[in-house]
Amino acid sequence: MKQVRFLSQTFALLLLTQTTLAGEGKLLATAGLTQLEGSGGGGIVPWATVAGYDSEDEFSVAAFSTQVNLDDYRLNAWGVSVGIYDRIEISAARQTFDLTSLGGDINQNIFGVKTRLYGDVIYSAWPQTSIGLQYKKLQDPGVAKLVGAKSYDDGTDLYLAMTKVHLGALAGYNLIWNITARATKANQLGLLGYGGINNNHYEVMLEGSLGVLVSRQLAIGVEYRQKPDNLAIKEDDWKDLFVTYLPNKHVNFTAAWAQLGDIAGAKDQQGLYLSMTGYLW
Amino acid sequence: MLRHLSLLLAILSFGGCASTPTTLYDQLGGQEKIALIVDNFIKEIEFDAVIFQHFKDSDVSRFREKLIEQLCAETGGNCQYTGDSMEKVHTGMKISESDFNRTVDLLINAMTKADVSYPLQNRVLAKLAPMRADIYQR
Repeated sequence: MKQVRFLSQTFALLLLTQTTLAGEGKLLATAGLTQLEGSGGGGIVPWATVAGYDSEDEFSVAAFSTQVNLDDYRLNAWGVSVGIYDRIEISAARQTFDLTSLGGDINQNIFGVKTRLYGDVIYSAWPQTSIGLQYKKLQDPGVAKLVGAKSYDDGTDLYLAMTKVHLGALAGYNLIWNITARATKANQLGLLGYGGINNNHYEVMLEGSLGVLVSRQLAIGVEYRQKPDNLAIKEDDWKDLFVTYLPNKHVNFTAAWAQLGDIAGAKDQQGLYLSMTGYLW
Repeated sequence: MLRHLSLLLAILSFGGCASTPTTLYDQLGGQEKIALIVDNFIKEIEFDAVIFQHFKDSDVSRFREKLIEQLCAETGGNCQYTGDSMEKVHTGMKISESDFNRTVDLLINAMTKADVSYPLQNRVLAKLAPMRADIYQR
């Protein structure tokens, strides 16, 4: 059923994006993708880029749908974002974390805002720099209670991100990198609540992405996301290896191999990450 | 993970040994190719209603001649750019970010139609990118 929903969302997005005119003032690929929590970014890391192809006198609307099929779980995420003058990004996302082995699911709503402080991802001497926050409201706190989270209602992550494209830097290929510092108390994105027996304070986690555009339409890269380890059950850092296809400024598709480590007691969770972002306006 | 990384690095460095002592100008194919890129670029501009507005009062043959000179000089060819400074040419035009990026897209199209490889296109763009400060929103 969830599989069908993911496919139909993806298909509906595809239809919508082919029939509307989007803000196109940015260069192809410089809008980035949509990360798991709904912010413009890579796949698991929010970037300094503002989601959508809006330039400084345009606005944009984007929608995304993502599914990660792990050994014992499945994460579905979908949402929308608005980009204003390539300056401000506002996003809303819904995550459904299916406990496919145990049964049941955990839902979470995420509202994000990001603002660009400095620079242009291609043209400025220093990286484009943005700050943002993600407010997360947990809808199903049962599992968070069970695993010993100190708070299981809501939480806010704050981040500072820097992103830079180096034209032709790698034997003529464009290199893109991003580094993000995130202050957070969230356990597994907040799906398992906030804080725990090991730690109940904000900690700064580092997250990074590194990619290469192997052609105008195809990017490959890696990501790393450091994670807190607040609970008695272990939480690991996340990694992925991704391939993104960007046929035009209306849509992009990403497939990744995600290695998310131990999650809520289930060992070494790995699986295929599929995502699509459509640019509606 | 390590295996993935080393595979990725292998893919990334695959073009690394292709570095040659010749200039970007030579790698592109010299004056003939640069003239073709510029001719294609002029065609792209003529067919773009938005960007053509910025050029409608321009002297096309002078634009062609100076841009060929400039691309030759910027890519390491044996030319001297004798045109006006980018700042002087663009001051008062109030070129928006969208129009600037749209023009970059037209230049990319012009290079693609001239069969310039993707890595060479990127290196040309990298040479031109620092001029943006003198062009955009003047």
